Order: sequence, then structure tokens, then C-alpha cells
Amino acid sequence: MSRPVTTMTRVRTRAGGVVLCLVLITLLAASTRLALGTRIAAPGDILAVLTGGGRGALRFMILQDRLPAVISSVLAGAALAVSGGLFQRLLRNPLASPDVIGVGYGASAATVFGMLSLGLSGWWLTGFALVGAIAVGAAILAMALGGRDLGTRLILSGIAIGAALVAVVNLLLTRTDVRTAGDALHWLTGSVTDSSWPQLAALAGSLVVLLALTAWVAPGLALLELGDDTARSLGRRAGALRVGVVVLGAALTAVAVAVVGPLAFVSLMAHPLATRLLGGRGNLAVTALTGTTLVVVADLISAHLFGLSSGLPVGVLTGVIGAVFLLTLLSRERSRA
Amino acid sequence: MVVLVLVLLLVLAAGASLAFGTKAFSAQEVIDALRHPDATTDAAAVVSSRIPRTVNGLLVGAALALAGSLMQSATRNPLAEPGLLGISGGSALAVVIGIGAFGVAGVGSLSWFALVGAAVAALLVQGIAMRGPGGASPLRLALAGAALAAGMASVTQAILLHSQEQLDAFRFWQVGSLAVREPSQVILPALLMAVGLLLALFAAPGLDRLGLGDDVAASLGTHPSRVRLTAIAAAVLLSGAATTVAGPVVFVGLVVPHVLRLVVGSRQRVLVPLCLLGGPVLVLAADTLGRVVAPPGEVPVGVMTALVGAPVFLILLRMRGRA
Repeated sequence: MSRPVTTMTRVRTRAGGVVLCLVLITLLAASTRLALGTRIAAPGDILAVLTGGGRGALRFMILQDRLPAVISSVLAGAALAVSGGLFQRLLRNPLASPDVIGVGYGASAATVFGMLSLGLSGWWLTGFALVGAIAVGAAILAMALGGRDLGTRLILSGIAIGAALVAVVNLLLTRTDVRTAGDALHWLTGSVTDSSWPQLAALAGSLVVLLALTAWVAPGLALLELGDDTARSLGRRAGALRVGVVVLGAALTAVAVAVVGPLAFVSLMAHPLATRLLGGRGNLAVTALTGTTLVVVADLISAHLFGLSSGLPVGVLTGVIGAVFLLTLLSRERSRA
Repeated sequence: MVVLVLVLLLVLAAGASLAFGTKAFSAQEVIDALRHPDATTDAAAVVSSRIPRTVNGLLVGAALALAGSLMQSATRNPLAEPGLLGISGGSALAVVIGIGAFGVAGVGSLSWFALVGAAVAALLVQGIAMRGPGGASPLRLALAGAALAAGMASVTQAILLHSQEQLDAFRFWQVGSLAVREPSQVILPALLMAVGLLLALFAAPGLDRLGLGDDVAASLGTHPSRVRLTAIAAAVLLSGAATTVAGPVVFVGLVVPHVLRLVVGSRQRVLVPLCLLGGPVLVLAADTLGRVVAPPGEVPVGVMTALVGAPVFLILLRMRGRA
């Protein structure tokens, strides 16, 4: 009896250490992000502003510019990461994240359509992103079900649907004046610096509901992960569970994409990274934290490292890091083909 | 028989490409205009203005279909395609770098940028996908292509976000277009395509022997790696040149060889000439459809081939999963 207990304790200790490290890195990066800018804020100033004090330009910069960027990084990072983890665990494939299999393109194509063709903004765009992501999720699920190699065919259908949606987005970009196209491209790259407080409140609210639902389905997901035989023993519940996880994952992607745009590769990287950090035992809560850390750090780097006055949108950085990460993962992968 | 059907379809598609557009003409008017190009009728003027575009469609379609067929055969992978494998993305990034950083304006030098981009991307995707012990499986290739394409797209976007003029030029380039501003700009790419075609004809018998397995092919006096390299080089030349004149036109290289293979089997010596006929049919049909589907505007050819090609790809995938 003593061995399992010590193993469990060791796992818990390791998980605790990982969580502590991630929280510390995130706090450090976030406070650096709050401090740096055209006017550098001292720790005391930041604290004063956050507790309702401070004055003048610095207070404005922190509350209207730097703090929204940090908060949307935190929220969007968590949402995208958990969405990726859900799809990767459901399909039992570390490469099957929503941005690779087209769900993210569903959200962005719908949003760009609403933005450019219908002139919508605000809540309507969030709704469009939601409908687009869930529609693509449902389409690829329908395409892939009922045959062997569910995961492989789901990924390949997703890539094909994604390619067609990219063509639609490219078409929409040519149907507007170049400044609007530039704004849309900026949004398509993914940026955390344009979110307003009401948007962030909506994102936070929906995230609470969706993460609670995730915690509710997680035990069932763990059963599905054990293999097709276990899934079969769940009977009809397995089918409902799969549909539920796809909808939940698509919704998590959609709420994040509606606010920060399709940040490339966060949902792909976070879960495998968290799993490695934990020594092979995945945990969606740590995945969420990893996603948060990734985006907060990437935002800090992209806002200041390149020395450009406007900074690069964070999506450029996550895209490049993600491509390198995915290619490394591919060339190391042993068992799957 | 198949050749006859394809020639007939091609004549129809080319005729439609000449006849339809913002102003449509009857078959009789098109034939009259072609026989008397100097006539002063409306039809003669409009039809002759559509000839360069139609010729361009013939070249691009043939090159892309052939490139797809070669890549599928050389990599033994039914899903290999220039667009999906990130090669078009490599061309796009190289073209943007060419326009922006070096101020390249002449079409000749842009061709070289697109080609180098295509070659580098092809090598990277192929190399990465082959590295695992499983070899270059369809899934690994598709994912390596998607990853590389996305990474390159990020860099492309970063460049475009800083220059509105570049974005304005690029957004119209990236949806693909067969429109020809001046006929001379097609000459160099056409020459490259011709070289690619020669290499393809040279590699085709070897590719067929490789289909028997590398060992059997080697005992018949074929060098597997040399044949593959020739075929991939031909594919990169063909798709790079096509991308230079028409922008990234996806799915042609995937759909056309697959449909042809369903009809005539997978022998390259048969497929090469048939691709030269079948590719233009799809590209000209998509382009013509794009001109009439949403008047008064046009849906660009790259978008139309994606919208037509994606469903076909999905159907193929479903059939493969059932088999």
C-alpha cells in the first residue's frame, strides 16, 4: 500500500512545483508588461493604480492599454489551451488541436465575414465566431465518423475544410478597401492589445461557465481516453460525450478568437507542453495555466523585444514559435504515423 | 477514349472561358471572332481580349495537375499537393520578401523568388516528414505542410502589417488570378514549365518502375533516389512557375490526378499526358464559373478551385476510409 501512496505524493509535489513555477513566471511577465512602455512605471506606481490610486497619464496607460492586454492574454491563453487539450485528448493525438483541424478557421472566417461583409461589431461578432467554430466542428465530426482511423480522417478533413475557409477569408479581404483589409489582417494575426473592458468581462463570464462544464466532462473524457473498448462500454453515452466535447472545445476556441483573433498555435502547444512538464500525466487545469503563461510571455516579448514603436501583434510570435514546435514534435514522434 | 473525352471537355472549357464573362457570347459568335480576329464587332474585341487569360489557364492547369501527380507518385502519397504541402506558402513568402525587402519589380526576378521559396519549402516539408521512423505518411506530410505554411504565413503577415502598399498588392495576388497584364510576363514561367515537363517525361518510366517497389526497380537498372529527385525537381519547377503567374491556386494538383487515376490507373506514362489535358479543364472551368457566379464582380480562380476542390478531397477521403 505504501508505494502507490508515495508515487501519488511525488506526482502531487511535482504538480505543485510546476503550478508554482508557472504562476511565478506569469506574475513576473505580467508585472513587467505593466511596467514597461513609453513611460516606465515603478512597482509602487503599478500597485497604486491597481488599488484605485495613481494619477494622470500613467494611470491611463496602465488601465486602458497595458492591463487589458495582460488580462486578455490570461483569459484567451487559458481558453485556447483548454480547447486544444479537449480536442487532443478526445482524438488521442497530440497534433489534433482546433487550429490545425480547421475549427479556428471556422471562427475566423465567420468573424471576418461579419466584420467585412455585414459591418458587424461587438456581440454579433462573438456570436458569429461561436456559430462558425461549432459548425466546422460538427462538419468534420460528421465527415470523420463511421469509418476506421477516426483521428487521422478528422485531421485531414479539418485541413481541407480549413484550406477552403482560408480561400474564403482571402476573397473577403479583396472585397473591401485596403485600410479595412489591414484591420482585418491585424485581427487575423491575433492581437491582445485591442480588447475593451466590456469584451473582457464577457470573455471572463463565458470562460467561467465553459471551464465549469469542462471540469464536469473531464472524468468522462478520461474514460474515452482509455480506448475504444472502454468507450463502447459507455454505450450511447460515449457518442453524446464526444459531441459534447467537440461543442465545448469549439465554444472555448470561439470565445477567445472573438476577442483576440486566431492566436496561432497556442491551443496546439499548451497541452503537450503541460503534459511534458507534469512528467506524462495530462491535467487540463495545468494546461490552462500553461496557455496563460505562454500568451502572457509571448505578449511581453512581442510588445517590446523587436524595438518597433507599435510592437508586433502577439500572433506573429506564437505562429513562428508554434511552427517550430509542431515541426520538432513531428520529427520526434515515434508511435503514430 | 479517355483522351477523346478530355479533349472534348477541354475544348468546351476553353470555349466557355472565351465566351462567358461580364459580357456573354454565343458559340457562333466566338467561332466567328476566332476565325476573323480583325473584324470590328464587339465579339471580336472581347473574345481576343480573353485569349491571353485562357492560354494562361491552360498553362497553369497543366503545370499544377502534373506537379501534383509527380509528387503523389514520387512520395508514394496520395495526398501530396503543392498547396497543402506548404509549397505555395513558400512561394508567397518569397514573393512578399522579394517585393518588399529588395524592391524587386521585374517579373523575371519574381519568378526566381517564387521558385526558390517553393524549393526551400518542399525540401523542408519532405525532410521533416521523412525524419520519423514511420516515414513520410500522409498525416505527417499534411501536418508538416500545415505547420510550415502557418509559420510562413505568420512571417508574411508580419511583413504585410507594416506596409499598406504591399498588403494591397499581396491580397489580390494571394487569391489567384489568371488575368494577364502583359503577355511577355508569361514567357519565362512558360519556359520553366517546359523544362519541368521535360524532366517529368524523363522521370515517368522510372516512377512506374518504382511503383513495383524500390528493390525491383533497382534490379531493373533504376536509381530510386535519382528518379525521385528528378520528379520532385520537376514538380517544384512546375508549381513554382504556375504560382508565379497565377498566385497560389490550391487543390488542382490533388483533385485532377485522383480523378484521372480512378479512370485509367496509376501509370505515370499514361497520367502525364492526361494531366496536361485534365488540369486545364478544372482551372478554366473554375475561372469561368468565378466570372459568372457573382456578377458584376469576379470570384478569383484560387478561391473557386478551393471551393470546388475541398468537397472532392473530402469525398476521396471518405472513400479511402471505407475501402
